[in-house]
Amino acid sequence: MTSVARRLPTVLRPPQAQNIGGFDVEKLRRDFPILKQKIRGRRLVYLDNAATSQKPQAVIDAISHYYERDNSNVHRGVHYLSERATEEFENARQTVQRFINAASASEIIFTRGTTEGINLVAQTYGRTHVGPGDEILVTALEHHSNIVPWQLLRDEKGAKLRVAPVNDSGELLLEEFEKLLSPRTNIVAVTHISNAIGTVIPLRQIIEMAHRRNVPVLVDGAQAVPHLTVDVQALDCDFYTFSSHKLYGPTGMGVLYGKSALLDAMPPYQGGGDMISSVTFEKTTYNKLPYKFEAGTPHVAGAIGLGAAIDYVNALGIENLAAHEHDLLAYATEKVSALPGIRVIGTAKEKAAVLSFVLDGVHPHDVGTILDQEGIAIRTGHHCAQPVMQRFEVPATARASFALYNTREEVDVLVEGLQRVQEVFA
Amino acid sequence: MPDLRDLYQDVILEHSKAPRNFRELSAANHKAEGYNPLCGDHFTVYVDIDGDSIRDIGFQGSGCAISKASASMMTQILKGKSTAEAEQLFARFHKLVTGAPTANGDQTELGKLAVFSGVSEFPVRVKCATLAWHTLHAALEGKQQTVSTE
Repeated sequence: MTSVARRLPTVLRPPQAQNIGGFDVEKLRRDFPILKQKIRGRRLVYLDNAATSQKPQAVIDAISHYYERDNSNVHRGVHYLSERATEEFENARQTVQRFINAASASEIIFTRGTTEGINLVAQTYGRTHVGPGDEILVTALEHHSNIVPWQLLRDEKGAKLRVAPVNDSGELLLEEFEKLLSPRTNIVAVTHISNAIGTVIPLRQIIEMAHRRNVPVLVDGAQAVPHLTVDVQALDCDFYTFSSHKLYGPTGMGVLYGKSALLDAMPPYQGGGDMISSVTFEKTTYNKLPYKFEAGTPHVAGAIGLGAAIDYVNALGIENLAAHEHDLLAYATEKVSALPGIRVIGTAKEKAAVLSFVLDGVHPHDVGTILDQEGIAIRTGHHCAQPVMQRFEVPATARASFALYNTREEVDVLVEGLQRVQEVFA
Repeated sequence: MPDLRDLYQDVILEHSKAPRNFRELSAANHKAEGYNPLCGDHFTVYVDIDGDSIRDIGFQGSGCAISKASASMMTQILKGKSTAEAEQLFARFHKLVTGAPTANGDQTELGKLAVFSGVSEFPVRVKCATLAWHTLHAALEGKQQTVSTE
């Protein structure tokens, strides 16, 4: 793969690629106040978007506006502010519903993030459907947050965790995946895009294979939602979960989508206020969807901020973002691969926004420190995906990950930074 | 602004490329594993103790330049020292890399290890510099479980 990328002539890239879909990256960068600052005397080059993305002014303003004008508790007060806060909060839910094309807003459960979405399903659907000897099927690409909740369930129930392997490019081996679907498989939980190496998995095929055996599928969409169009009805996935903060929204906010029929049949996750219809000391009746799964005062400002982030992305068009990021990834892959002594980890045909690599003789942690001195933020380490590192027999990687505001010039700065790393370690 | 060269001094780079005592000691009567979950650095330190004197010491594993050089230079300086001297050096080394005030004579005691003073300008790298020392401490105390920097 490396040699192929190296041979790609520069002219293959259209000169207008910075302006795909009519959006002007330099103009968009001005929407993100954090990007204006200097880091260690240099312009910030933020390439750690798979960890978290920066926030546009529109999101920051929506959150400020809520606290300045509308702050109140939702779903309970009869007063004016509570009404307004509730309306804004529920509008955000509808924005999410349209964004992932869910059939109903009641299928959108607000969570703290992707991790909580997965734990919710493991602790409710999982605990009622997985028993001794049953199997939970994941892939070799999972983030720890899509491994550990299932291990907890496995250990509690005496179940088994099965892992579908990937090839040396980091592509899921579909035939192996299908073989691992057994009569004992009770749930499939898969990442949509690998956070560590960027592989986009063939989700439709996986879901079809699982559904042919009546096995429901949970999708960890944390890395996917910022980079491609997600239509949960077209995918026919049973659960889809993602985080707001990787989608230009605030932290501490996420979404779990679930099909109504499944959610209705599941027991609640946490008990508390808002998730009940009536409570006596003898018996409690639970609230309808989605409130059954939203115990306690929710992160109202977070939901509103997420709604504003989705509005921002929608206005640009996610397909335009995807095209821009794809161009950046191709450019970065070519430039970084052309450096001597660098190996790209993860060379799947279908990739999105993530470039993971290792340098001969230099530990990724040292790469990260030296790049940081140049104002370049990348992630180094195991990316909360240690089994992926084990699969590729590296202790860690350096990872550059892209967002809508990144530019080819920033990729050039990264490449110069990597040359500096090689000079220090020459 | 901290200078990269303060951190990546030539001596450190040289030790990271060609670490000394980078071997398993078959005669080791103390050993421990150290792990930094943040970056995945993982070392095993082997010590052969005769009475209270460190007769031989070695290490194996993988890590960044700072952690590897620190482990290498630690093994060099500790050979022939007493276990009490080793613990005392660790305390002084820890002060050095965290930028804590040092007593008169500390720098002299540390000798070549003074090259790690630049680490104090890079707080996230302190754990790299001290991983081998924490592991040594565990080995001397005879702890069986892996020590973690977290």
